[in-house]
Amino acid sequence: MILNIFTDIHELLLGLMSEEAAHILELVLIAAGYLGIFAILGLLLVWLERRVAGFFQLRLGPNRVGPMGLFQTIADALKLVSKELTGTVKADMQLYKLAPYFVITTALMSLALIPFSYEIHAFDINIGLFFLTSVSSIGVIGIFLAGWASNNKYSLIGGMRTGIQMISYELSVGMSIVTMVVLAGTLQISEIVEIQKDGWLIFKGHIPALIAFMVFMIAGTAESNRTPFDLVEAESELGAGFHTEYSGMNFAYYFLAEFVNLFIISSVAVVLFFGGWLSPFGITDSIPFAGLFWFGIKVVGVIFIFMWFRWTFPRFRIDQLLTLEWKYLLPINIVNIVLMALMVWLGLTF
Amino acid sequence: MKEEFLTDQLKTQEYFLNMGPQHPATHGVLRLLLKLDGEILRNVDMDLGFIHRSIEKMCERDTYKQIVHLTDRLDYLSSHINNEAVALLVEKALNIEVNDRIKIIRTIMDELTRISSHVLWWGVMGMDIGALTTFMYGFRERELINDIFEETCGARLTMNYNLIGGLRYDIHENFVKRVKDFVAHFKKKLPEYDKLLTGNIIFRKRLEGIGYISKEDAIAYGLNGPTARGSGVSCDIRKIHPYSAYDMVDFEEAIYTEGDSYARYKVRIKEMWQSLSIIEQLIDKIPEGEYKVKTKAVIKLPAGSFVQRVESARGDFGVFAYSDGQKFPYRFKFRSPGFANLTALNKMSKGLKIADLVAILSTIDVVVPDIDR
Amino acid sequence: MSYFSEIINGTKTLLTGMRITGKYFFVNLFTRRDVITQQYPDNIDTLEMFDRFKGEITLFHNENNEHKCDACTLCEKACPNGSLEVLGDKAKDPETGKNKRFLVKHIYHLEMCTMCGLCIEACPQDALEWGQDFHHVEYDRSKLTKVLNKPGSKIIPGLKG
Repeated sequence: MILNIFTDIHELLLGLMSEEAAHILELVLIAAGYLGIFAILGLLLVWLERRVAGFFQLRLGPNRVGPMGLFQTIADALKLVSKELTGTVKADMQLYKLAPYFVITTALMSLALIPFSYEIHAFDINIGLFFLTSVSSIGVIGIFLAGWASNNKYSLIGGMRTGIQMISYELSVGMSIVTMVVLAGTLQISEIVEIQKDGWLIFKGHIPALIAFMVFMIAGTAESNRTPFDLVEAESELGAGFHTEYSGMNFAYYFLAEFVNLFIISSVAVVLFFGGWLSPFGITDSIPFAGLFWFGIKVVGVIFIFMWFRWTFPRFRIDQLLTLEWKYLLPINIVNIVLMALMVWLGLTF
Repeated sequence: MKEEFLTDQLKTQEYFLNMGPQHPATHGVLRLLLKLDGEILRNVDMDLGFIHRSIEKMCERDTYKQIVHLTDRLDYLSSHINNEAVALLVEKALNIEVNDRIKIIRTIMDELTRISSHVLWWGVMGMDIGALTTFMYGFRERELINDIFEETCGARLTMNYNLIGGLRYDIHENFVKRVKDFVAHFKKKLPEYDKLLTGNIIFRKRLEGIGYISKEDAIAYGLNGPTARGSGVSCDIRKIHPYSAYDMVDFEEAIYTEGDSYARYKVRIKEMWQSLSIIEQLIDKIPEGEYKVKTKAVIKLPAGSFVQRVESARGDFGVFAYSDGQKFPYRFKFRSPGFANLTALNKMSKGLKIADLVAILSTIDVVVPDIDR
Repeated sequence: MSYFSEIINGTKTLLTGMRITGKYFFVNLFTRRDVITQQYPDNIDTLEMFDRFKGEITLFHNENNEHKCDACTLCEKACPNGSLEVLGDKAKDPETGKNKRFLVKHIYHLEMCTMCGLCIEACPQDALEWGQDFHHVEYDRSKLTKVLNKPGSKIIPGLKG
């Protein structure tokens, strides 16, 4: 269902041009809208991170530019835009310049699949979750390329670590998603949300869903390269890791994409476990766009947990990271899928 | 077996990585040249001298009174203790007897310095391992100590409070109350440190068994201070050669025998508890008296050589002076604990990963200006 | 079995850590009670330094624009790094008719000063004292070279020279 405002625009465009042209123009408009969402989300999350970090660290965080420092990140972004793009002389220039776009494009593509509310959902296909996981794994190529093309040993080590980390933890993210898909019975994101009308999946699936959620949170932290899995950047070891040689806007692409990825991971968690845009007990389901509010609150909640991790835990070492994945998370996940399948088969879910 | 597999089956090219002098993990300007195989350390070379200020040479053209303020700039985290070392040396050479008030105030200041140094170390340790929040928690306590210092000495870092023959000022009237408040505050916060890092599973896995050095090797390398005490070497100067008021107090030397990074970590945590207990024993016992013994305007040491050892926050800090009877020393030498400790870095970290090197460097607790002088 | 106990114990230690940071987060979010930082340029009016704070060396002047320095240059000699230059001159004292030292310029190189306090210690007249001002930032280092005696100032009469 498209809401009135969108139908109005659609009809307006139809009156001005042919149907194909209107269709293309609408796509462009939506794309532009998503670019805007991307930028705003990135900046807002950076602000939130710094503010939250401040409170964790007995500080106030940014509080000078604008109310509560809200415009601080905008000022930072303006600074980054105006900065010179530097690079090493011996860098592989083509790949070096190409690399940030892999990250930012995949983040944007994944963003299209996120159901902000019942109405705002750009790309709802029947293999939604599958598409999401496949697209988001392309992003690692960008980080990998950045590490390789910078011609800097620190970047290279960072890039190599990413490769190892992503390949390992993609598995856990995928497996915990599969666990929930077994319960939901569909890959389409809107349908997954719809079936939670009578209860969130984390309650429906109880024990296996809870285990899947914990695994997803751990693997999700690793996927979004945050502490305790920030080996890719690991500022005390590698300086800045893969983006050591990036400056200005090229660096900002990575920075924003990192935070948008955090948003995407949290959104997937919300969709899979906490009923997406649905309000608790359906109190506001009849009001249009109310889903946006509930979705936002839930996502911020999950993001806060990620931030809580980040500002509490020390970092893993690379071999411990792999041990955790292959010796702990993966076996747990496999058992958990079987458990979930049994539960669904025997009808033990709520 | 593991090594063989790596070298035979997965032949990789060894390469060099230049870590520092501008690097977040090297605590200043220390340059490490790492020979790496993938992420595995094959060799660690240290390159010093980036912050060499020829302080020892400067001492040769300074009078003994002027030398004291230069020692602030060595190990800036234990400046009281460094000041005291020079003061004690000259007092010993001239047979100046200081009263108990001076001794006790000096000892309290030393222990406060030790706590503030260890607290900073704890915060930076967490940061090196990746837990950024610990740094601010460490600084919370450090700020309180700095306030105590600032109120009494007038400065927060380079206090220059100990003079030859006493103290620059008498303690401030709020001093005792502030120190008592701090002790009460820190007793509540120190268990929090344990909960946040000491017990943390990730933290323990990062440190346990990493950077092992045996007792024999520790002695052979001349390690000292908490770094050596983590390997079971009893080397606390406060126990071996008590100075100031350390013979009046009852405290335990923090020794662990595991020899790994975690043992060195625990030694420092335990030292903070011991320092607290020393302060508690002394704070109510400050006797009345002069805070300064009258000394001559121009101090001349008798000809000969003099040595004074003190236990700084990083270990055995030694001062050596050779005098030819002039008002300037002929030779003035500092024996910095960090230098000896740093030499063992290669031994400790060979065969481990880059991340381990950062952790080990943190548990050695190097202060580069102390090493380079 | 140690496999599972390790997971459970490990998770417990992680949760204890999170409880500590979480406590501080919520306390600071709602009350700002544990915030330890100072909002520096904002509190510049209320900021009070400790009375012994070593901000800079100053020459004491009383309300009649008189100081205690008789240019004996002991402070200059005590200074380890040549931060002080005392320029004095001699003139005939109208009362006693003897030659007497007086201060022309007391030059202070703040950029070289290490705040060791030896000059204040050395001064027999207690003419020098600590100033609490710490706003010394300048774009030009020559501005850090200061003349401590105020223009037209004299030594307090009756002070022995």
